[in-house]
Amino acid sequence: MPFVANTEAQQQEMLEAIGVKRLDDLFADIPPELRCNGLDVPAGISEQQVRDELAALADHNTTGLVSFLGGGLYDHFIPAAVDALVYRSEFYTAYTPYQPEISQGTLQAIYEYQSAICRLTDMEVANASLYDGGTAVYEAIMMAMRVTGRNRVIVDDSVSPIYRKMVGSYTRNLGIELLETQSAEGLPDRKALAEAINDATAAVIVQTPNFFGCIDDVSDLADLAHEHGALLIVSSYPIALGLLKPPGQMGADIVVGEGQSLGMPISFGGPYLGFMATRRKHVRKMPGRVVGRTVDTQGREGFVLTLQAREQHIRREKATSNICTNEGLCALTAVAYLSLLGKHGLRDLAQTCADKADYARHRLLQVPGVTMRFPNRWYFNEFVLNLPMAADKVIRGLFTRGIAAGFPLGRYWPEMNNCLLIALTEKRTKQDIDFLAHTLEVIL
Amino acid sequence: MKLIYGKSVPGRRGVRPVGSDVPTKAEIRKNLLREEPAALPEVSELDVVRHFTELSRRNFGVDTGFYPLGSCTMKYNPKVTERIAHYPGFAYLHPLLPQLPGGETMVQGALAVLHRMDLLLREICGMAAFTMQPLAGAHGELTGVMIIAAYHKARGNRKTTILIPDSAHGTNPASAAIAGYGVRTIASDADGVMDATALREALHDGVAGVMLTCPNTLGLFNPRIKQIADLVHGVDGLMYYDGANLNALLGKCRPGDVGFDIVHVNLHKTFGTPHGGGGPGAGPVGVVERLVEFLPTSVVCERDDGSYYLDYARPHSIGYVAPFYGNFAVVLRAYAYILMLGREGLLRVAENAVLNANYVLAKLRERYDVAVDRVCKHECVLSASRQEKAGVRAIDIAKALIDRGFHPPTVYFPLTVPESMMIEPTETESKETLDAFIAAMLEIADLAEKDPESLKACPRTTPVGRLDETRAARKPDLAYLL
Repeated sequence: MPFVANTEAQQQEMLEAIGVKRLDDLFADIPPELRCNGLDVPAGISEQQVRDELAALADHNTTGLVSFLGGGLYDHFIPAAVDALVYRSEFYTAYTPYQPEISQGTLQAIYEYQSAICRLTDMEVANASLYDGGTAVYEAIMMAMRVTGRNRVIVDDSVSPIYRKMVGSYTRNLGIELLETQSAEGLPDRKALAEAINDATAAVIVQTPNFFGCIDDVSDLADLAHEHGALLIVSSYPIALGLLKPPGQMGADIVVGEGQSLGMPISFGGPYLGFMATRRKHVRKMPGRVVGRTVDTQGREGFVLTLQAREQHIRREKATSNICTNEGLCALTAVAYLSLLGKHGLRDLAQTCADKADYARHRLLQVPGVTMRFPNRWYFNEFVLNLPMAADKVIRGLFTRGIAAGFPLGRYWPEMNNCLLIALTEKRTKQDIDFLAHTLEVIL
Repeated sequence: MKLIYGKSVPGRRGVRPVGSDVPTKAEIRKNLLREEPAALPEVSELDVVRHFTELSRRNFGVDTGFYPLGSCTMKYNPKVTERIAHYPGFAYLHPLLPQLPGGETMVQGALAVLHRMDLLLREICGMAAFTMQPLAGAHGELTGVMIIAAYHKARGNRKTTILIPDSAHGTNPASAAIAGYGVRTIASDADGVMDATALREALHDGVAGVMLTCPNTLGLFNPRIKQIADLVHGVDGLMYYDGANLNALLGKCRPGDVGFDIVHVNLHKTFGTPHGGGGPGAGPVGVVERLVEFLPTSVVCERDDGSYYLDYARPHSIGYVAPFYGNFAVVLRAYAYILMLGREGLLRVAENAVLNANYVLAKLRERYDVAVDRVCKHECVLSASRQEKAGVRAIDIAKALIDRGFHPPTVYFPLTVPESMMIEPTETESKETLDAFIAAMLEIADLAEKDPESLKACPRTTPVGRLDETRAARKPDLAYLL
């Protein structure tokens, strides 16, 4: 049998030591009427067969499209050293570092990850990670409610619609007043937000670059939130932060985001990485595992899980969150990736992404009938085009030529049926962009 | 060991990202840009590789040695599943692709994995349908409690409370609380399982459900489980099965047949996916027929022609709990694992997991106190209360095990047992490994009597000794900043 070590002779020996006759005797405490007599599952297969079978399924997926799909998840290049390090089995076959003396590898790596997130966002503390960008927004909202003692929350609709749907599900039964403001021309509408906020508001949530790809200086929104005693939560994109002003410098109180772009394959929905950073004064209200630096009995520096008095295994129903594990291996991936690229590498990479998007805009706007949905805005690597016909139709047409053109915004904003969200990463070449533009010309 | 930031040398570069091949340069308004590049390390690729390789040597995984961490099911993670997770047809598949017009046909292989895994888990757990969305065990619990809430809302029930045994994982009460329920704790009886009388007294019309781990965190199967389920159903409450300990029951007993209405399965425990130093895991949730309509959106369905689609038209669904379809790459590994084990293999998992735990128990019960001395399932819980009289606590035994090359058991959990040590060997360990562990435990028991002080100084073989956790919490140093 695969993955079971004991031979039948050994099993017999062990049963004798236990003082029973048969393996089945060990299950005698399960009443017979509750027993199950075998499963209707196919017989086991060998390693070779399972590889073949799943390779065949993988082949049923279409890869090799020239893809301009983003929407919060991006196809960035992953250096070989990232996988080589993450797949050292001392890392990936370990669990939560409950025994710090034999877990310094995981613990120090997470401390370094927390430091990297702080440096990238210009915040003071970060946790060891959450599940993904969407649950990170939800956890940030819950945290803001604990900090302020209020339960009214304003989310701008330029925040990812997927995240907003997740927040909607989680908060449905909690008596939270969840307001959505409508963005104006691709950015949060300052007037709408000023009208929506009041002294019972716990948090304002915005995103930059937002779902439309527009970049925003949200300093004024931080001031607005703070005037009313609310927190500003900013969701961001870590690669963009190689180039863009960090949310910490704009007055954000909690910064969250999706960390998939930091060395993780896109893997059809996960695993991903939710990051969260905040101000030192809020650290005890922050959810999730946290690693801290300390010393051992001989004064040697070492790392431990800390501030556990916030957590479920101590606090049970009074915990700051129900989260138990983090996405440890994804956090390790992120810090290995950020270290490999380094200070200048990340900035250069971000600039390259922005340059490619800039060229793509230039090139695509030469196609007759194509315009920018939100002109006069600033962009990083993603933007919205107005097309002279339904985006769905264009997407179908481009699929037949091997292009995944982008995301049709009509799916979430019915009035934007002709709008296409296009993302660029360093992996798309000038040739890819020219091919997209040329093919679009043919189709329109 | 130096931090990676301490190895930084101004001007040194690591991996060189591809340069721009386009003729234009993006111009972004200055007030939107950062003034200085983020203060990431300036290190070479080799610096980074050496650094993290050195860190990995300060870590202990299942591949390093025996890892009997109770309630965590630290079994061997087959290497082949890592290979499969990296197949480009899966790893490079964008999750928004099937949401594009005409895109569904491009992800049929991935949807097949999700749907077939759903079918396998239905059969293994005796449930009507599963969602793969929950991203971890605790996330599965939250999803399950949200389904409980949706069910009662649809029925017009006014429910306020979830009942949870005192031996439960902390995530159970935390999940119930953040979903908006009050929590009431139910005591265990002398047999270490939920006390049916205490439950009967606590039951009332406001009880939304009961969350149970079975076998529980003492490794014990509750023989009155059916009776408990009947009582709870009597007030229109729902039975929630925390699947943390499902490894003990594979092919032997199905939660659905026992009367559970909702289950979550920790794929990283029962189905052998790596724990990753604390995630990512996956916590698919299964439900009985009358709860299927409440499952999260979307649901992977099969058409008559054998093709798959994502169903979003689900008016009673609790909505999105994950951005897409769950931790797909984790589900994929677990799917491959189940295919390899098959019908017979699954049964052997439960049998050998239970055999190994009982063997350890049989060999150690003379020298250590046992929480409840009867046949256990996949794990046994010992207590160091006898050793404590000589000043040796569970933590000291744990640290002494580290010096002997073993990962310690879970200590100080469950909370209902003083000085508890929860040992879960798993089926992938051999008798020789167990014998070596048993010998170490017996030697430590001897030392606890003869030379207790020597145990206080453990561990001696690790790069750092016992760390000052009080200092860490009092003056949190959580990031190295300039």
